[in-house]
Amino acid sequence: MKLPFSWLSDYTSIDGISPREYDAALTMSGSKVEEVVNLGAEIDNVVVGRIAEMVRHPNSDHMWVCQIDVGTEMTQICTGAWNIHTGDLIPTAKHKSTLPGGIKITKGKLRGELSNGMLCSLKELGLDTHNAPYAVIQAAAILNDYTCPKGEKPSLPETLTPGAKLFGKVVTAKVLAVKTTGYSQYALTVDLGSGAESVSTSCANIHEDDFVAVDTGRGTVCTLADLRARQEEFPHCIEDGIFVLNEADAKPGDDIRKILGLDELVAEFEITSNRPDCMSVIGLARETAATFNRPLDIPTPAVKGCGGDIREQLSVEVLEPVLCPRYTAKLVKNIKIEPSPAWMRQRLHAAGVRPINNIVDITNYVMLEYGQPMHAFDYACLSDGRIVVRRPQPGEAIQTLDGQSRAITPEMLAICDGSRPVAIAGVMGGANSEITEETRTVVFESACFHGPTVRITAKSLGMRTEASGRFEKGLDPKNTMPAVLRACELVEQLGAGEVIDGVIDVDFSDAEPKTLPFEPEKMNTLLGLDLSADEQAQILERLYFKVADGKVTIPSFRTDIARMCDLAEEVARIYGYNKIPTRLYAGETVQGGLTPRQLMERTAGDVCLSAGFDQSMTFSFVSPKVYDSIALPADDPRRLSVTITNPLGEDFSVMRTTVLPSLLGSLAHNYAHRNPSVSLYEAGTVYHPVVTDGKVDASQLPQEERILTLGSYGRLEFYAFKGVIEAICRRLNVTGVSFTPDSENPSYHPGRCAKVWSGDTLLGCFGTVHPTVAKGFGLSGEVLAAELALDALYACAETVKLYQPLPKFPASTRDIAVLVDDSIPVAKLEAAIRGAAGSILENVTLFDVYKGSQVPEGKKSAAYSLCLRASDRTLTDEECDAAMQKAVRALETEFHAVLRG
Amino acid sequence: MKQQLEAILANAKKELAAAANARDLDAARVKFLGKKGELTALLKGMRDLSPEERPAIGQLVNDVRAAVEQALEEQREKISALALEARLKAETLDVTMPGTGTALGHKHPLELVLDEIKDIFIGLGFSVADGPEVELDYYNFEALNIPKDHPARDTQDTFYISDNVVLRTQTSGMQVRVMETKKPPIRIIAPGRVFRSDASDATHSPLFHQIEGLVVDKGIAMSDLKGILELFAKRLYGEDTVVRFRPHHFPFTEPSAEMDIQCYRCHGEGCRLCKGEGWIEILGCGMVHPHVLEMCGIDPEEYSGYAFGVGLERTVMGRFKIDDIRLFYENDVRFLEQF
Repeated sequence: MKLPFSWLSDYTSIDGISPREYDAALTMSGSKVEEVVNLGAEIDNVVVGRIAEMVRHPNSDHMWVCQIDVGTEMTQICTGAWNIHTGDLIPTAKHKSTLPGGIKITKGKLRGELSNGMLCSLKELGLDTHNAPYAVIQAAAILNDYTCPKGEKPSLPETLTPGAKLFGKVVTAKVLAVKTTGYSQYALTVDLGSGAESVSTSCANIHEDDFVAVDTGRGTVCTLADLRARQEEFPHCIEDGIFVLNEADAKPGDDIRKILGLDELVAEFEITSNRPDCMSVIGLARETAATFNRPLDIPTPAVKGCGGDIREQLSVEVLEPVLCPRYTAKLVKNIKIEPSPAWMRQRLHAAGVRPINNIVDITNYVMLEYGQPMHAFDYACLSDGRIVVRRPQPGEAIQTLDGQSRAITPEMLAICDGSRPVAIAGVMGGANSEITEETRTVVFESACFHGPTVRITAKSLGMRTEASGRFEKGLDPKNTMPAVLRACELVEQLGAGEVIDGVIDVDFSDAEPKTLPFEPEKMNTLLGLDLSADEQAQILERLYFKVADGKVTIPSFRTDIARMCDLAEEVARIYGYNKIPTRLYAGETVQGGLTPRQLMERTAGDVCLSAGFDQSMTFSFVSPKVYDSIALPADDPRRLSVTITNPLGEDFSVMRTTVLPSLLGSLAHNYAHRNPSVSLYEAGTVYHPVVTDGKVDASQLPQEERILTLGSYGRLEFYAFKGVIEAICRRLNVTGVSFTPDSENPSYHPGRCAKVWSGDTLLGCFGTVHPTVAKGFGLSGEVLAAELALDALYACAETVKLYQPLPKFPASTRDIAVLVDDSIPVAKLEAAIRGAAGSILENVTLFDVYKGSQVPEGKKSAAYSLCLRASDRTLTDEECDAAMQKAVRALETEFHAVLRG
Repeated sequence: MKQQLEAILANAKKELAAAANARDLDAARVKFLGKKGELTALLKGMRDLSPEERPAIGQLVNDVRAAVEQALEEQREKISALALEARLKAETLDVTMPGTGTALGHKHPLELVLDEIKDIFIGLGFSVADGPEVELDYYNFEALNIPKDHPARDTQDTFYISDNVVLRTQTSGMQVRVMETKKPPIRIIAPGRVFRSDASDATHSPLFHQIEGLVVDKGIAMSDLKGILELFAKRLYGEDTVVRFRPHHFPFTEPSAEMDIQCYRCHGEGCRLCKGEGWIEILGCGMVHPHVLEMCGIDPEEYSGYAFGVGLERTVMGRFKIDDIRLFYENDVRFLEQF
């Protein structure tokens, strides 16, 4: 919401308050000011100038050298514009002036002639013809500007002769004199070959000695369109040029910002959705007055009227009182559609609304001022002079003001005449009853519609409008009457029409204002304050609440107030949030901290960090194509994902069921940026949907699971990477960890992938990423990855530790080396040793695996160190030998192992 | 004989002092003290002495032997000290060579600050609650006083899974989930991912993190909310941090506020960092709306509470002066390893 300070000043005084103070005070009382801008801040040293004299530039066929009266002096400025005449008032950017967009103007020479500044167009001032609707430039075809396009036959003779026939009744004329008779009105004296004649025109680009085409039949000067000429043939005859002023009271030397209403400060507010009343000048004036504790004066609109009675011409029936609690209408006749006066245009512009014409501008002005959206119907278009507010019938449609045809449904609300819809309530009017140049009688609608219905309608039609955005927040039904009267007052003030007496007001809204009990103690308790009842009442009354007899009466515009806590906020914000004392700890003391599960996740991360892995984070939503990228088969259940119905694009459309592709993506990003060695881990969530009959059930929440995913290239070899997985398990006290080869996992190298177990519980997997998968991500060389389920790790973690007594008797260490088939996993050998050696085997360690010379092809030598100990005695050599023999025998029988000498 | 002894001593001292290594030293020891050494040889001549002379000469011999042994010992120590010195010199390393072996990973900056925030609140008696990211519309909106077709839904562009399931747009739904399952006193924070349909650019991400906070107990007032959040700001941004509470609107708290900290660059004067406002918005907060309490089965006449929500990315970007939010999710190690 943009609030021009001049408009605000109509209702309350902000004298003596600097923009910065205003910004701070309103922000702290609850209306957040984004910034206070000065509309003309970018314009400096631009004044009104009067063209005292203009002569053709001696060195140019299209420029003028002008003497400009800028109030204090006469100054020379050159211009290429053709629409100006002696006596015109124009915006003059003097030497050392600035214009919007940071443009700086200084004096200089144009083709040898001194130019002390620049004459400005609307665009150069940051404006357009909406700001100055009168400044529309019409251009005649100036025959001496004719340029024959390359390769074409000239359509005009080389030498122009007055009276020469061009076609039909159109003849060549030489301009002898130009006299300005009104704004953009000129009387020409022309030589038509048969002596001087007078022609009047509104074309602004004609000057003495020019040649023009005159239609002697119609007595007009021809434009390009009249001659069916193209722009390129008359390059300087354009409908653009200097902004010739037509503003009352403008005189040479005046600051242009003042003349055009650009000397305005505008506060831009961020208004929260609970305060639709503050989306208006009056609403913000109320907040301003309350904040600074200054008086507020909102005059009641005064309408003189012209007699008659609206009821004789118009009837209103509201068939849906819930959806339309109030409908108020006034009728205005003898409408004259024209531009609004400068003051209204300037205020609308300052508030960010484009001026259109007087009637449209009045409805917008009242909406900005009162916060009440208005609509104007052309009365002549309403069949039977009826307005019926009803739900659309199935199949009804309406063409809205934006030209679109819209199907409307019975969930919506329509404004209809005797036979058809003429507007979608609270959203947009219909083209069939639109205000046009021909409109003579207007119905002003000022109504209150049901917020949610307006919102649903606007959303389903895809047309959020200024009006719908206001209605959907829930407006004050009491506001419709003053708003429609204000519109009529403005009609009379602008002379835009005559207001017919009487008003139609169908009102189903509550007559009695809402009240709440006045509970000052409860409010103090909630806020932590100690204000007296009187202080609280005074604050509430500053905000137009009434406090009496233990009750608070809520003003009708405060649709957001429903409970004690709402009143407490009102008291707090005016008293000052920052004056509420602070207290550190109230209530019962409770013990905080992380749960064991949360601690465990932190610990797992710590292990990864200490193993040199950086932590990564990736998006939870991915493209369904990522499942292809990790080579999941077409029927893999992990492809069934929770799907977003309105994603930002396919790349972000499903909730991931695996973190692996995200992590590989991060590795790939690094690889592409030539980071030579990268290790990443991510503790990320995956989303397992509820699947019924092979389909995702989108109405149920998925199961969310935390997965620890690691990835690495360029730094660790396979077993070092495995060491990290083992370290994680060890640090988390996961017991009975084992690894089994897995050649079936499609994302991994079939010979370098293992499942990770704790006992019978699958913890996850790790291995070398399948080279084809890696290549798909643009990675080469060995890429390692692991995926571990954090819940499974947690479930398998030993939480209770018991002390084992230190051994009292010495251990014996024996080494054995066996030759076995290379295909046999060492884990199996170790298990066999453990199974056979008996309870005196304390530990077994693989200390060497050797392949190569002296070991036959297809075999490997595995060397183990066995640590033997009994807790109650020193073992004898015989006992140790026996255990060793059992172990060797087991290896021999199970794996055909051969003991090496 | 006395002269002989003195000559031996002088000789021995000289030769020992000349010994440069253990071998020379040993040779000198044998020469003077060995079984065939000079002193032993001299001792053999003792028997030619008269019994009167013997004790005096004997004493003298012993003194000389002791003196030679001492000189030997001194020289031995000297030689070994020299040998150690030579060895240490030979073992000199270039200590400016880089260390090897220990790779150290880096915590993600978001996690780094999140852990800090968690620890601040844990120290104040808070627990940490986790909850679903794919959430029922009920918890994300309805139970927070944002029914269907409420204008407040506009401020949060929502990703929908189905009519009743959304990607949570805020962690505030955790307030309801906690209050439904736990009776007061409640003192929790709930950090996590939230999702909004904003296209990625330098300051927007469709996915970001929030930390929700909730305290419900008897007699909780707005002054408690202010106290704890001011303390939090000082712990996170430094003891000299100045905060202000600015009225705002959230459907699920009343009164509601936003907390700003005074711009640490311009100290309130207004600069580019704070967009001329002098203040930087840090979090939203307020007193839990009584209707929200009622919907969770908590009697608002008996209990009251406060809630707050902090945006993590913005906090971390402010802390480290990171200018592009997308860096958090690219995981470029040149970025990660700065923290």
